[in-house]
Amino acid sequence: MFYRESGQFKATYAEDSEIFPIRQDKIGIAVILAIAFLGIPLLAKTGFLSDYAFTAILTPFLIFSLAALGLNILTGYAGQLSLGTAAFMAVGAFASYNFMLRIDGMPILVAFILGGLCAAAVGIIFGLPSIRIRGFYLAAATLATQFFIVWCLTKVGWFTNYSSSGVITAQKIMMFGYTFDTSFSKYLFVLSVVSVMALLAKNMVRTNVGRSWMAIRDMDMAAEVIGFRPVRTKLMAFAVSSFYCGVAGALFAYAYLGTVEPEGFNLDLSFRILFMIIIGGVGSILGSFLGSAFIVLLPILLNMFTHFLDSSIGVDVPSGIASSIELMVFGAMIIFFLIVEPHGLARLWQIGKEKLRLWPFPH
Amino acid sequence: MDEGRKIGEVILDLKNISLRFGGVNALTDISFDVRQHEIRAIIGPNGAGKSSMLNVINGVYRPQEGEIVYLGKHRHDMDTYEAAKSGIARTFQNIALFKGMTVLDNIMTGRNLKMKSNFLLDALYWGPAQREEIAHRRKVEEIIDFLEIQHIRKTPVGRLPYGLQKRVELARALAAEPSILLLDEPMAGMNVEEKQDMCRFILDVNDQLGTTIVLIEHDMGVVMDISDRVVVLDYGRKIADGTPDEVRSNQDVIDAYLGVAH
Ligand SMILES: Nc1ncnc2c1ncn2[C@@H]1O[C@H](COP(=O)(O)OP(=O)(O)OP(=O)(O)O)[C@@H](O)[C@H]1O
Ligand SMILES: [Mg+2]
Repeated sequence: MFYRESGQFKATYAEDSEIFPIRQDKIGIAVILAIAFLGIPLLAKTGFLSDYAFTAILTPFLIFSLAALGLNILTGYAGQLSLGTAAFMAVGAFASYNFMLRIDGMPILVAFILGGLCAAAVGIIFGLPSIRIRGFYLAAATLATQFFIVWCLTKVGWFTNYSSSGVITAQKIMMFGYTFDTSFSKYLFVLSVVSVMALLAKNMVRTNVGRSWMAIRDMDMAAEVIGFRPVRTKLMAFAVSSFYCGVAGALFAYAYLGTVEPEGFNLDLSFRILFMIIIGGVGSILGSFLGSAFIVLLPILLNMFTHFLDSSIGVDVPSGIASSIELMVFGAMIIFFLIVEPHGLARLWQIGKEKLRLWPFPH
Repeated sequence: MDEGRKIGEVILDLKNISLRFGGVNALTDISFDVRQHEIRAIIGPNGAGKSSMLNVINGVYRPQEGEIVYLGKHRHDMDTYEAAKSGIARTFQNIALFKGMTVLDNIMTGRNLKMKSNFLLDALYWGPAQREEIAHRRKVEEIIDFLEIQHIRKTPVGRLPYGLQKRVELARALAAEPSILLLDEPMAGMNVEEKQDMCRFILDVNDQLGTTIVLIEHDMGVVMDISDRVVVLDYGRKIADGTPDEVRSNQDVIDAYLGVAH
């Protein structure tokens, strides 16, 4: 009843080609942006949101969303499975660090973009095997990327500026004379970057470049026959995806960890981001955000739950068990989504919307 | 019905094409030509090499021997991209749509070679990129109207019944505004009514758009009805070539068809 497109007629193709053609979606997005840019800052100002909400939930949620978005472009849209997400993030972070370190007066945003471009270049190189191999074998090749890059960053001293511990403090995020050093300001910075990049991604996937990725994913022979170039299309997906991951990696180091270290970008992180898109939705921009929210929030909710058990019923859950439960829930969710709903939470949301469209009449 | 349509010069000439897969001779020394604006049928029993022939024409397969003359240019084999770029579009025997995309997006992919925008402009969806997208959308809508599939525009193709999928695949091929359209069994698996619709569409494409059509079809009634000339393959060899009437009365053709249990 409330989610209806009937009665909303499009007079022109321009209207029908709008980014959110259905009015309710438009309102939904506006509300979310208003909450993110206005509501949350207001809550923070009035003291309802603690620092913890920003450092442990909101900022990492946004950064992981961006990385998941990057992986989704490659795996969800272009159909190329990758286990090297964290490696591309590492390239972005280390490249940004070195641009900041070695070039005087380098604006931080430019450093992040250059970092993303370095990640894109590395993505193209390590995407070359995709010309020949696919699926499981490609995943194995990207796994090698993951180990190789982290190894390189650890072994080649130049990347870490010969720091003895390998852990470097990230430079401050400064722009226009303002320093983003509080958790709140970092949140706003990350939010702005992620919003813009999500918009760009949404535009890409609904125009020719996005269609070329999906065509290669769905039926590469037919894609070639209608004139898409498989090699160019796949490498483009690797480049754009790695750019997104690279910027996410830079944000991860600068706005979340505060340090730049190879170990922060291990295989574990790659898997975590892969799980985000599996749970959130493969081939969906919204899914990248849902998956990230899920994986960031799950441990926190489980933690609250065990606390609750402890304080109210007096059941003392040892912390070891709590983290095992977390893993088990992850595992179960992933198996569930892989088998029952390969398009993840985003698809469930979609089905919900379709039901709403008909509600309260079933037909 | 087709008084406005004039059959023109030879635009595609296949000379002595031979194609082998290991020990299998899929095509042996086959020659035939295709004239502008005509409907050229390829028929033959199962495994005769009909699909292989289309695959040779648009570069999916590379023949070991032979020559392909297309628009005056001589080649030993075709390149898929070249073929698409120079106006050869096709549909497949086993539908090859992009399953995860909507009907509209599938058809839009057919226009990719006509798009000049790049991914940066696409990402910004600004100025030229937006104008281009909308201009192509307009063209695609014409095709959607032409093939009467307005009602399924936004449906993911995976959810469509077989007959409609075939129609969407034709739409995607037409979106490229091809000069030659290769159709591999466009009516296979359809009911009578769907076949009639498809027949009408093929004739309309040929008649109104002037598109040259190379058609593989098992339904003899349809083939004899709509094609201008027919080439008959059997076990990878050409056994007859001519008008439907000539082919129908050819003894080799009769034997080939009787020889196969149908
Ligand atoms: N990619 C391939 N690899 C190996 N053999 C092939 C390949 N494609 C075709 N063939 C063989 O070439 C021969 C001709 O096949 P083709 O598909 O062209 O026949 P067809 O006339 O289209 O048959 P149908 O009416 O069943 O579609 C067959 O023996 C087939 O097994
Ligand atoms: Mg065939």
